[in-house]
Amino acid sequence: MDPSFLVIQALNGLASASSLFITACGLTIVFGVTRIVNFAHGSLYMIGAYTAATLVPRLLELSFGPVSFWAGILVSALIVGIIGVLIEVLLLRRIYGAPELFQLLATFGLVLVVQDLVVQVFGPQDILGPRAPGLRAPVEILGRRFPSYELVLIAAGPVVLGLVWLLLRRTRFGVLVRAATQDRDMIAALGVNQAILFTGTLFLGAFLAGLGGALQIPRVAANTGMDLAIIAEAFVVTVVGGMGSVTGAFLAALIIGQLQAFGILIFPKSTLVVVFLLMAVVLAIRPNGLFGRPETVGGTHAVGIASHKPRSSNWILGLAAIAALACLPLAADAYLLKVATEILIFALFAFSLQLLIGVGGLVSFGHAAFFGLGAYGAALAVKWLGAPMEAALPAGLVLAGTGAALIGAFVVRLSGIYLAMMTLAAAQILYAVAFQWVEVTGGDNGIVGVWPSAWASGQVPYYLMTLGLTVVAVFLLVRIINAPFGYALRAARDSEPRAESIGINLRQHRWLAFMISGAAAGLSGGLYAFSRGSVDPGLLGIPTSVDALTMLLLGGIQTVMGPLVGAGVLHFLRDQIMPLTSLWRLFLGLSIIAMVLLFPRGLVGTVQHWREERA
Amino acid sequence: MSAPLLDIRNLSASYGSAQVLFGLSLELRAGEVVALVGRNGAGKTTTLKAIMGLVPAKADRLAFRGRSLIGLPTYRIARLGLGYVPEDRRIFTDLTVDENLETGHRAAGAGRSPWTPERLFRLFPNLAEMRDRRGSQMSGGEQQMLSIARTLMGNPEAILLDEPSEGIAPVIVQMMAEAIRAMKAEGVAVLLSEQNWAFAAGISNRACVIERGEIRFQGSMAELMANEALRAETLGV
Amino acid sequence: MTLLAVQSLSKSFGGVVAAQDVDFALERGEMLALIGPNGAGKSTVFNMIGGQLRSDHGQVLLDGQDITAISPQARFRRGVGRTFQVAQAFLSMSVAENVQMALVSRARESRALWSPARKRHREEALMLLDRVGMADAADRPCSALAYGDVKRVELAIALAGQPKLLLMDEPTAGMAPRERAALMDLTASIAASEGIGVLFTEHDMDVVFGHAGRVLVLLRGRIIASGAPDEIRSNPDVQQAYLGDDHALAQPTGAEAP
Repeated sequence: MDPSFLVIQALNGLASASSLFITACGLTIVFGVTRIVNFAHGSLYMIGAYTAATLVPRLLELSFGPVSFWAGILVSALIVGIIGVLIEVLLLRRIYGAPELFQLLATFGLVLVVQDLVVQVFGPQDILGPRAPGLRAPVEILGRRFPSYELVLIAAGPVVLGLVWLLLRRTRFGVLVRAATQDRDMIAALGVNQAILFTGTLFLGAFLAGLGGALQIPRVAANTGMDLAIIAEAFVVTVVGGMGSVTGAFLAALIIGQLQAFGILIFPKSTLVVVFLLMAVVLAIRPNGLFGRPETVGGTHAVGIASHKPRSSNWILGLAAIAALACLPLAADAYLLKVATEILIFALFAFSLQLLIGVGGLVSFGHAAFFGLGAYGAALAVKWLGAPMEAALPAGLVLAGTGAALIGAFVVRLSGIYLAMMTLAAAQILYAVAFQWVEVTGGDNGIVGVWPSAWASGQVPYYLMTLGLTVVAVFLLVRIINAPFGYALRAARDSEPRAESIGINLRQHRWLAFMISGAAAGLSGGLYAFSRGSVDPGLLGIPTSVDALTMLLLGGIQTVMGPLVGAGVLHFLRDQIMPLTSLWRLFLGLSIIAMVLLFPRGLVGTVQHWREERA
Repeated sequence: MSAPLLDIRNLSASYGSAQVLFGLSLELRAGEVVALVGRNGAGKTTTLKAIMGLVPAKADRLAFRGRSLIGLPTYRIARLGLGYVPEDRRIFTDLTVDENLETGHRAAGAGRSPWTPERLFRLFPNLAEMRDRRGSQMSGGEQQMLSIARTLMGNPEAILLDEPSEGIAPVIVQMMAEAIRAMKAEGVAVLLSEQNWAFAAGISNRACVIERGEIRFQGSMAELMANEALRAETLGV
Repeated sequence: MTLLAVQSLSKSFGGVVAAQDVDFALERGEMLALIGPNGAGKSTVFNMIGGQLRSDHGQVLLDGQDITAISPQARFRRGVGRTFQVAQAFLSMSVAENVQMALVSRARESRALWSPARKRHREEALMLLDRVGMADAADRPCSALAYGDVKRVELAIALAGQPKLLLMDEPTAGMAPRERAALMDLTASIAASEGIGVLFTEHDMDVVFGHAGRVLVLLRGRIIASGAPDEIRSNPDVQQAYLGDDHALAQPTGAEAP
């Protein structure tokens, strides 16, 4: 291969490593000090890009020259820094003590809010920023043309690393940040106001995110998909580097930049897969990343299902609900039945997650993986094997269960935030496969023509079949939750040392839980595929995982039936609100944040709490 | 007699549902060294943590320089001039000696000559030779010195010292004793939690004997020395 | 045959020796206390016997069988029960369910997926709770118990495994003074009637001298004395090392010399 080409590829890799590092560096610093994994970090990056793409052209109109360009970039980053301060004061400060699941969800609520606000403020179109004055002409390197702006970016990474290093080593703020990363309580005992330190840290983190975004404007147009695209990569960088480690983030960004640059030559379609596989391998060998330290403070907060006296009235209520649902086709029109079918499917999806989170205390942030595997398993069986629905649904279930066995085998070695990140990464790998392996999965377009067998193809029979399968699956899961296996999972969640000392093999039980939960989610995914007639990579995306979590949280993770109610309510609200407003993400995001702050027990949990208080 | 610097009446504290302190009262006056002695697990460490607001506590009165500490966040308590050196030292192991000292730095009150790294290095000469060394590469005794020095950088009026002699070599224990005397000479009051009876007896003006979360005895060191029966029963010496 | 034989057990953490050549034996029905100042290595020794820590050298034999390298789960099946310094129970479950869980695990039913856990081994669980005086609280949530009661439940959980050896790490820490003697009396009577060997660490000297048949004193990772409570109480080495040292400032102790 031509050596000059390799050099250019390496340079490309360095440029993307720099951009990635600048953004991820902010994320890792914020995590180190506040212990919050800020999902909204990608949103800050996106705001940085939009702000710069809007601001810099105006400045260039006033006075054309490099000074205006770079001043515009810096001002944009400063504005994002101030937004970070607002986020810390208004939201994060209230959730430092919350379980990590709630923290992740609250910051994801912020992602949704920002998505709508960005469209409101900057308009729906992508905005391509101006090129940097003085850096418009490409340079020639070994006879090949290379954009000169990329060279500036390559330098920007190490420069930011150097400045952050100086800030952390040479200033009192930096010394305190590093000390707080290690021991927050001791810092307070020395008279340091943590609140101000945390606010300052958020400013720094948001500034870096904004800078990372602003620096992109000559390369890519600011667009509404930037936030989730960058956050997934930034997560990988921070996890691989070790959460809280700036040096680790730099090294990880370098590795990932080169992997992407050269991975594209070897596996042209699988760059994302390679990146997430790297993360899987690193975490398997070093469960705390390259430079991370084991989590000593905090740890998981066990919130979840507790024992309640069995009530005979619950049985009657349950049977009545099933009977009512079975009679629904008598009263409902086709549209309502379609909605009801979807609600049932998502209820099963959310319920399958309850086994992991509410029962096992295992915060899976990538449950979409199993839903999507079920859907794709069914669709692929139809498309490539010509299987009928009766065979395709079990195929989806088996594929999801197998996927869960593979992913679970990795994941059960981890705990807390690393477990959440790893499940997220697993889902992203599958997303990337579905997106990039076009010949098999149809890529972005997905697979169409996934229709049910003739007997089930009407709206009513399909609804009744979904109802039947959902009821059976939920019934089986409830049995499992109440059986010794469910109790053993709860035992491991409540106290690992106690569970081990009575002879329970934690990893083995958790692994089995992943398989059961994954298979159930796969069934719901298969049902979803046949209800719509198609599948697409979105089923495997982060928003699908968050949907399941939101339903769980809305219903209440302390209750067995919470996810079913949560699925119904969320879907109903979405159905009602979405047609009325273009701002449904904003509403959904604010509702998620409000739930975390005001209503952590969820709907069913609150009712249950009232009943117990009265008793 | 002037009002005590640190005034504690009827202090109770629990970890979750496990109660550790049962209505404990004691006081610390300006410029004195008070030893809080008692066996392992008697509640010495919890007393100091409760004063600093690090474990939830209830009390009829918990005041420092006349200001109630109840409900104050830990950093505000520290800023009132109350220093704390924890039992496990809690050095920032990623930071150098100089940086550790910087984390403790706070301006001195009026009319005091502030502690500077240079003055502290005279007190703990070992530290002077390792200013750029990281906390993780220091011995237990050196970490203990650094922990005390770091707290002194905040120029406290009083300092809560949790078992400074624990797990360190006798030579360094000696150095600790000298450091505490030097603090006292500077007018810093010290509340010292100790299991090492001889160490405590050698440097303290007064003693409080704590047993199962309650104060069994409070009085001068001389009185406790004289009361052999009490010592044998509560301390085993 | 000796129930528990610990032979030259050693462990260091990054160059710091936490336990060195620890040797002792424990017979059936015996109450053996392991004491020593903070940082002497009690927890290290304890956790190596319980399986939470892997030793660097040495062996742990239970009934003559080597259990040095096996997991806590496997030790449970060989007859090792334990309680923790900070009581560990399943707070989301009722008191009876806590004990049932241990019985379910002993019967190797913890992977059963069908019939409810609540109904399994309930009678036996109630009997065990009765032995520790907690039968009346069987259906209360464990999270609603007073701390001393959680410690009793923990004892019942440990007994559910039909242990030969019971490891109790500071069994009375965090309990009100009058509860302490009661718990230890209970433990001693169960140990005697079932022939269970009990190894416990403890800070409260009244508990140690009132309930231990024999006492081991650990200092800087080594056993410096062992014997009946009265011998330990009057042993000058123990006086000096543990209960207070009149000469600490004057002369370095020999134990640390290289």
